[in-house]
Amino acid sequence: MSQENILTVKNLVMHFGGIKALNDVTFDIKRGSVSALIGPNGAGKTTVFNCLTGFYKATGGQIELNAGGRTTSVIKVLGESFQVSDFFSPIAFWSRLKYKMFGGSHLVNRAGLARTFQNIRLFKEMSVVENLLVAQHMRVNRSMFAGILNTKGFRESEEEALQRAFYWLGVVNLTEFANRLAGELSYGQQRRLEIARAMCTNPEIVCLDEPAAGLNPSETEELTSMIRYLRDKHNTTVLLIEHDMGMVMQISDYIVVLDHGEVIAKGGPDDIKSNPKVIAAYLGAEEDEEVSL
Amino acid sequence: MSQSTGIDIKQSLVDTVIAGLMALIVFGPIVGVLLDGYDFNLQTGNVAGLVGVVMMGRFAVSLFFQSQAGRNFLYRQASKNDGVTVTAPDYKSNLRWIIPVVMVLGLIVPFIASKYVLTVVILGLIYVLLGLGLNIVVGLAGLLDLGFVGFYAIGAYGLALGYENLGIGFWTMLPLAAIMAAVAGAILGFPVLRMHGDYLAIVTLGFGEIIRLVLTNWTSFTHGPNGVSAPLPTLFGLEFNRRASEGNIPFHEFFGLKYDSGFKYIFVYLILFLVVWAVLYVKHRLTKMPVGRAWEALREDEIACRSLGLNHVLVKLSAFMLGASTGGIAGVFFASYQGFVNPSSFTFFESALILAIVVLGGMGSTLGVVLAAFFLTVMPEILREFADYRVLMFGVLMVVMMIWKPRGLVRVTRTGFATRKGTVK
Amino acid sequence: MDIVLQQLVNGLTLGSVYGLIAIGYTMVYGIIGMINFAHGDVYMVSSYITAIAIALLTFFGLESFPVIILGTLIFTIAVTSVYGWVIERVAYRPLRNSSRLSILISAIGMSLILQNYVQIAQGARQQGVPSLLSGAVRFDIGDGFVQITYMKLFILFAAFLGMGVLTYIIQKTKLGRMCRATQQDRKMASILGIDTDKIISLVFVIGAAMAALAGVLITLDYGAFDFYVGFIIGIKAFTAAVLGGIGSLPGAMLGGIILGLSEALFAGLISSDYKDVFSFSLLVVILIFRPSGLLGKPEVEKV
Repeated sequence: MSQENILTVKNLVMHFGGIKALNDVTFDIKRGSVSALIGPNGAGKTTVFNCLTGFYKATGGQIELNAGGRTTSVIKVLGESFQVSDFFSPIAFWSRLKYKMFGGSHLVNRAGLARTFQNIRLFKEMSVVENLLVAQHMRVNRSMFAGILNTKGFRESEEEALQRAFYWLGVVNLTEFANRLAGELSYGQQRRLEIARAMCTNPEIVCLDEPAAGLNPSETEELTSMIRYLRDKHNTTVLLIEHDMGMVMQISDYIVVLDHGEVIAKGGPDDIKSNPKVIAAYLGAEEDEEVSL
Repeated sequence: MSQSTGIDIKQSLVDTVIAGLMALIVFGPIVGVLLDGYDFNLQTGNVAGLVGVVMMGRFAVSLFFQSQAGRNFLYRQASKNDGVTVTAPDYKSNLRWIIPVVMVLGLIVPFIASKYVLTVVILGLIYVLLGLGLNIVVGLAGLLDLGFVGFYAIGAYGLALGYENLGIGFWTMLPLAAIMAAVAGAILGFPVLRMHGDYLAIVTLGFGEIIRLVLTNWTSFTHGPNGVSAPLPTLFGLEFNRRASEGNIPFHEFFGLKYDSGFKYIFVYLILFLVVWAVLYVKHRLTKMPVGRAWEALREDEIACRSLGLNHVLVKLSAFMLGASTGGIAGVFFASYQGFVNPSSFTFFESALILAIVVLGGMGSTLGVVLAAFFLTVMPEILREFADYRVLMFGVLMVVMMIWKPRGLVRVTRTGFATRKGTVK
Repeated sequence: MDIVLQQLVNGLTLGSVYGLIAIGYTMVYGIIGMINFAHGDVYMVSSYITAIAIALLTFFGLESFPVIILGTLIFTIAVTSVYGWVIERVAYRPLRNSSRLSILISAIGMSLILQNYVQIAQGARQQGVPSLLSGAVRFDIGDGFVQITYMKLFILFAAFLGMGVLTYIIQKTKLGRMCRATQQDRKMASILGIDTDKIISLVFVIGAAMAALAGVLITLDYGAFDFYVGFIIGIKAFTAAVLGGIGSLPGAMLGGIILGLSEALFAGLISSDYKDVFSFSLLVVILIFRPSGLLGKPEVEKV
């Protein structure tokens, strides 16, 4: 890969009705880094996440994902409204029609970006293994005939999917719970399963929405080493939203700070720690007052 | 839990009186004043009876929920465990003994049963097909389809009109009906499935009604309420009528048998029996295939599915189309077995019956649906004097099941997987 | 030309009644996010109660139009409101925390119960009410004429009065404020001390009352009805609610009137056999191109 940045966000704007949730957010995420998006409550972190992962269609700006050897415009694949010029260019028209009919956030995942959710979204009445099998939907043999006739190719594909599922169960330390219902797991286990499920889609970048929320210190420690493992062993870029500053500072290579829908600072952990704007945003102090973290 | 187990009789009495009052207002006019032209007849006895039943019922319920048993029941309901279990990886179901037995019994049935019993069983099997089809849509994918009867009608009218206008026979129509119904499902589903689930329910409700309206009003093509006749299946070109159409030989003459109208039912039964088993097998496989898992995952959480790269519209559409095609096949059998179709067989009540089968049998449970289909089609035959109350029963069944056991009477189990050595390629 | 005008008049009255029924759908949807499938059947029940009320009132020797109409309205609205309350209490409240699918199926069950119950109690045959108000205003236009019956004028008047009163209640009173708060955020409203169960009951009662008003008006105008009338009119009123933007009160009325007008024009100019098909197709088209309706807010998915 020639491009250094896996994700480029330029001038991102998001309005809900009259409310301006994001105005002009710009940042880049380097390939193979662990980056964090932080900011006080209501700063727009989750909105940025939802725009990146294609769950909200941004009002303006650009989001480009460089993964799988190509560049994907996240806003385009969600299906944009028709422009007058489309009616003169059949190719543009068809491409827009295609994305309008078949586009959506699933294409963002297929382009190589996976995510977890702030309030865990597992398939609660399916078993832990099945949760991981569903995540591999796009990789397994989906042919109706092969499946109904239970052909050799189909069985091999399923076996491979199961092995991959058990690999990730091993990584998140849940192998012994493989045949439990996902809804029966404890909170911390559910969080870990969600990460494993996201990883099963084979992403190049994974976005974790408050992965440490509700975890005790030892679980947070475990999570930190797991995130390192993802980066070091699987070359996965990690972008996370987190409130646990200790963890963020310890793990991140790069931090983007949001406040009131704007990027107020970006840089390495040390820059951020000493940035007066960040301190002001968190502590609500006047900008010229001296506060130290 | 065990604190203040005392029973507050006064509260129960208050509840009872309120319930009685409400029952009086609700039942009073509609049950008590029987309209007769612009005049009316009073029927106070019925009202008194109904109000009495409601009051006693309310009193009993009120006392029950204050007792220890009632509290325990409420507690169980509140900590809702729908009883989904994961089986051990080496679990073998008893069904592997039961299925061969049922198959053999099923093959014997047509040769020993009377013609009447056979027709009831055929009807039961047709509803098994319908139930299985709708169960894919409602039970697995969690989409409420209230116009399932529309696809059933497409199959039935497809056979009748295809035969009348194009001379298409049963065997050609069987796959064709599946395709036609699936295409209709796709056209209806594609625009609606991307929206909020509840809209699908009302759009399909309208769709079923529209199909019926078109069948009734487009008299030049469908003959309106008079209906159309439909052909019987043939055995390698042999027909089952007393007299074959030109150039064909009837079945009984070919084998030198005396004509018996029972032959055709036996033949229809045997084909239907095979098709039902085939559908059961496909259904069983589907739940173990990626697409089946995707349906259930969508039912659980659509947003999570999208975040995993599943195109929710297409996955839902596949469930909707497969369900519809099963309905279409059932329609072909229905038309062929009746020998005749008209729009009155395809009312909303039919959709409601199929939904009741799925609700009673259990969302996603194949076995439950088979049992419920037979129960709900055979019971009315036995209890003919209660025929008027059939729809009322379906309604009560749906409300009660949703409150008491929303996943149906048959427990849903999930397959367990043996632990493997994890590898990634 | 005169056909078009005549159909516009018919469509306007029909549409205002659709609007009244649509209120029940839209308010229930707004507050608990479910489609109350039994709502069309509540309308159907109110038709029967209208006929029963008229029969009872005539039996007691009351003959003058204002007395009968007032008596019928009060009686029907009161009884139908109780139906709304009971339905919510029996079929929906126990399912407050269940899945959407369960609630929908329960609603379908309730709809079947109402239809079959009325059929058993009153018989399957068509019923009727005597015509209470005859006569019409006639306007000559060119060669033809447009005729507006007094009954239609009364319907328009009553429907808009009903809407006005409801809008006043929702916008200006404390009860209405509690309704709106519950609609915005049920959990928060209950934390602030609003008995949300009561408010939800109230919404069902209001919906039923509006359906009852519609039931009285339509029954008096058409004269005939059976146990099945709630089905089609229910789908149409729902279409009206979606057209106007589900959850929006003025939207329901606007949607009703637009639907009534376009349906009447379709029936008058193209085909009356397929007017139901037309309304239904309209529903599908709106859902594809503008699912949030004319006055509704686009739904933002909570991720």
